[in-house]
Amino acid sequence: MMPLDLSIPAQLTTAYLPDLVVMGGGMLLLLWAVWRPESEAHSRSVAWIAMGVCLAGIAAVLWSWNRGLTAGNGAIAVDAFRWVTDLVILLGMLMTLAISVDFNQRMRLLAPEMHVLVVLAGSGMMLLTAARDLMVLFLGVELMSVSVYVLAGIDRRSSRGAESSLKYFLLGAFSSAFLLYGIALVYGATGSTNLVTIGEAMSTPAVSGSPMMMVGLALLLVGFAFKVAAAPFHMWTPDVYDGAPAPYSGLMACAVKTASFAALVRVCLEAVGTGSERWHLALWWLAAATMVVGNLFAIQQRNVKRMLSYSSIGHAGFLLVAVTAQTTEGAAAIAFYLVAYTLATLGAFAVVVAMNGGSDGVTHVDEYAGLWTVRPGLAMAMAVYMLALLGFPLVGGMGFFAKWYVLQAALHASAPQTRLAIILVLTTVVSAGFYLYLVMVMFMRPRPEGLAPPPPATGLTRLVIATSVVLILAFGLYPSPAVKVAQRSAAASFAPAAPRPTASAVAP
Amino acid sequence: MPGFLASIHYGTWVLPALLAIPLAGAALIRLAGRSPLPGQELRAAAWREVRVLAFATFAAEAVVALGLWWFVDPARAGYVARLDLPWIQDWGARFTIGVDGISAVMILLTCLLMPLAVAASWQVVTTKIRSYYSLLLILTSGVIGVFVSLDLLLFYVFWELMLIPMYFIIGIWGGTERLRASLRYFLVTMIGSLLMLVAIVVCWQASGGATFGLEALTRTLSLDLTYQRWLFAAFFLAFAIKSAVFPFHTWLPDAQHEAPTTTAVALSVKVGAYGIVRFAVPLFPAAALDDGIRAIVIGLAVVGIVYGALVALVQPDFKKLVSYSSISHVGFIVLGVFALTATSVQGAVLVMVNTGITSAAMMCILGMLHERRKTGMIANFGGIARVVPMLSAMLALVAMSGIALPGTNGFVGEFLVLAGAFAGFPVASILAATGVVLGAVYALWAIQRVIFNPLDNPENRRMKDLNRRELAVLSAFAVAILWIGIWPSPMLDRLGGPSRRFVMQVEQGARAAATLEAATP
Repeated sequence: MMPLDLSIPAQLTTAYLPDLVVMGGGMLLLLWAVWRPESEAHSRSVAWIAMGVCLAGIAAVLWSWNRGLTAGNGAIAVDAFRWVTDLVILLGMLMTLAISVDFNQRMRLLAPEMHVLVVLAGSGMMLLTAARDLMVLFLGVELMSVSVYVLAGIDRRSSRGAESSLKYFLLGAFSSAFLLYGIALVYGATGSTNLVTIGEAMSTPAVSGSPMMMVGLALLLVGFAFKVAAAPFHMWTPDVYDGAPAPYSGLMACAVKTASFAALVRVCLEAVGTGSERWHLALWWLAAATMVVGNLFAIQQRNVKRMLSYSSIGHAGFLLVAVTAQTTEGAAAIAFYLVAYTLATLGAFAVVVAMNGGSDGVTHVDEYAGLWTVRPGLAMAMAVYMLALLGFPLVGGMGFFAKWYVLQAALHASAPQTRLAIILVLTTVVSAGFYLYLVMVMFMRPRPEGLAPPPPATGLTRLVIATSVVLILAFGLYPSPAVKVAQRSAAASFAPAAPRPTASAVAP
Repeated sequence: MPGFLASIHYGTWVLPALLAIPLAGAALIRLAGRSPLPGQELRAAAWREVRVLAFATFAAEAVVALGLWWFVDPARAGYVARLDLPWIQDWGARFTIGVDGISAVMILLTCLLMPLAVAASWQVVTTKIRSYYSLLLILTSGVIGVFVSLDLLLFYVFWELMLIPMYFIIGIWGGTERLRASLRYFLVTMIGSLLMLVAIVVCWQASGGATFGLEALTRTLSLDLTYQRWLFAAFFLAFAIKSAVFPFHTWLPDAQHEAPTTTAVALSVKVGAYGIVRFAVPLFPAAALDDGIRAIVIGLAVVGIVYGALVALVQPDFKKLVSYSSISHVGFIVLGVFALTATSVQGAVLVMVNTGITSAAMMCILGMLHERRKTGMIANFGGIARVVPMLSAMLALVAMSGIALPGTNGFVGEFLVLAGAFAGFPVASILAATGVVLGAVYALWAIQRVIFNPLDNPENRRMKDLNRRELAVLSAFAVAILWIGIWPSPMLDRLGGPSRRFVMQVEQGARAAATLEAATP
């Protein structure tokens, strides 16, 4: 244990170290990226260095974690939950960078800046996981979002990419405005932007019940709901994920979601606490609506990227169930879930990348017909991802324990979320409808005559697929280490919430 | 024999071996056969190698399992051959496995049926043959896992593990309607099992988040009746769906009809019924003995018996007829378990075994008929007794066992169920007995249309009778049918002890819950 005093610059630097490594790495990389003219080799070298920056970030996170750094209630949090979510984000960035190398080469996307943008987006995300102050949080959101808006439209020749980018930008800017307005109102009501101070102020009914606070919290929640793609604020998601280049759709679906959820959990547990009945109710309905909408709409999708984006909405719903529990156990469940979700979703996008042989980026499910007969490895990997997303034991590996963890957190909360748990289970059955549809198409449909087999996946993509499958299956057999880390980190980071005074009147 | 088993420390390794042998076989099969270029089908010459390897694995499994017959002492209470390893410490989930008389018999049934099923449909599968046998072996591991798990989370993992190979086998190697049948099978089963998962979480939390152990939970779980009812309902739903209890049976005829013979055989092992006996009733004894729930469940059982028989009567397709007849038999199992006398429970477990044997034998014979004539419609046959006398004789024998003719295995089980249930539930027993009569009607009528009647379809004249392989398989089934029918006492001895203990345990649990209810106003 080593407490840091954040008012001393040197110690503040230590607290920020992983973020600084990634951010500084990103800046230097930008210089290197524009140093040379655009070429395939240059783009590749930038990608490799970007991955190196991510690895350095991972090392910095592990170093900080290992030293057991802590800090008081300053502007940034220094705790294990931040490190865990940072690691998930860096993992997502690594996977994205790895699959984007071949993809960009195939799509003739040569601008090396996009690898830089991934790193910069990542530093924004890491800022978001660290934020214990609404201003830092907003900075993180903006740094992350602006980088990702550009990434969505990085393919200038694609009109769908441009549409995706513009849509994302307009709606994202809109949601940032909500967020900012919410922050302003919360500041007005409590006189602070620090989460812990807000939390203390919330304990007086005069503050927590004041209209200004309520409107502020509502706007804050709307902002978050946009970022995590919770229904009914999810409309942008399918278009954006579908139009953006596949690796960056994966980044948006995983890392962006991880960062937003990490921030949301912190706001929930440190600022709002269990003090606000209405906040809880709003989360409850968000979770229920997101699960139902995401999974129901995914069924009719025949475009794999769209299907995956609706599936990511559904998973946001499952994650919101754990947020609704408002316990440290819920936070642990979220950390664990995000690991499984990132591995499976980015793995699935890696398969999409491997499948997409330079066409216009539309990934119709028919292209997967009979994939098993021509590329058995790819088909089996995709089946594992689908079953992991479905939450199936053993074959779906870690996905099952992730879902189990969320279920357990929901039922173990001081106000058990039994109804949400039932909705979760039933929507999971619904989700089997589309996850299994893809499996069925790959394994049980014959390969149509004349449909050329996809080109063999190349080195890095293959590595991403193999590693993620192995990790998913290994943690599916023996999840103990991951459970331990999730449990300890959440318990060490958040004080256990006080029991809710009126537990009975929670669920509608 | 027990001395020999002790000398080789049978108890310490048998269960892990039973779980591992199929997986090892599946891995070996991946390596077998001349490896063709990637993406290419295995050459026909290599098929034999794969089949032999698969059969050898199943046979090894059967030989290892055979020891359980002598190893499990019917007089001793509790589970033997236990193995208890830590798994997920933070949640208290453990890798706990063990067997008692009931699970030993079910394991034995599975391990003996699978090699027979593989032998019976030796040449049916010709595409992707390595994947087919690998999946079949993984499926067997899953089924064995369900029978040995004594930890709820572990049980759930194995329970769901069964689903995947089954789904792929039906979907890839099934009949013309295979896609619909496999998806339906998957979704319907999944609804049940996920609700059971929620119930498992609740049980675990009632234990203070400390354990998933079946024995510990049975001993210590004290929930009030309302809670117990809901949890019982969730467990029962999962098991009722899996064992096709009326009205949750609709997936079975489709799945069994589309599935290749081996998998249709695997589907006739009633894992769901086993789950009711092992988990649903002992964990929630007060709910299981609750008058309302008992009335509903026994009502479903009786309706299922009669309904299954009536629907079987009008099936034009022989395989579907067999499926509906097994739905009817499952009614007897449920009736026997919930009548909750030592005799009826013993009978119910025996019916589980018998349905397995009879329905599996039927599926094998129908598979053979299908190989010869590429059809399963009853109307396409007629008078084949003159063309294929051996096959017809076997068909007739298996049908007799299905209608519970004295001297066959079917009789003993159903008789015990009815005898045990009559005292407590006379009306239900009488109605169930009419199911036996209806059973005779549909089975005999089907037999008459298939093997007797005039031989008016010229295609039937060219059918070949059983070859040696098929004869050997069906003789094994015939021996089992007659052995349990004529000399059932070794079997009954093994089931008697566990059944009595089961009844005692449930009644005790219910009393404990009643006192708890009385103590808390």
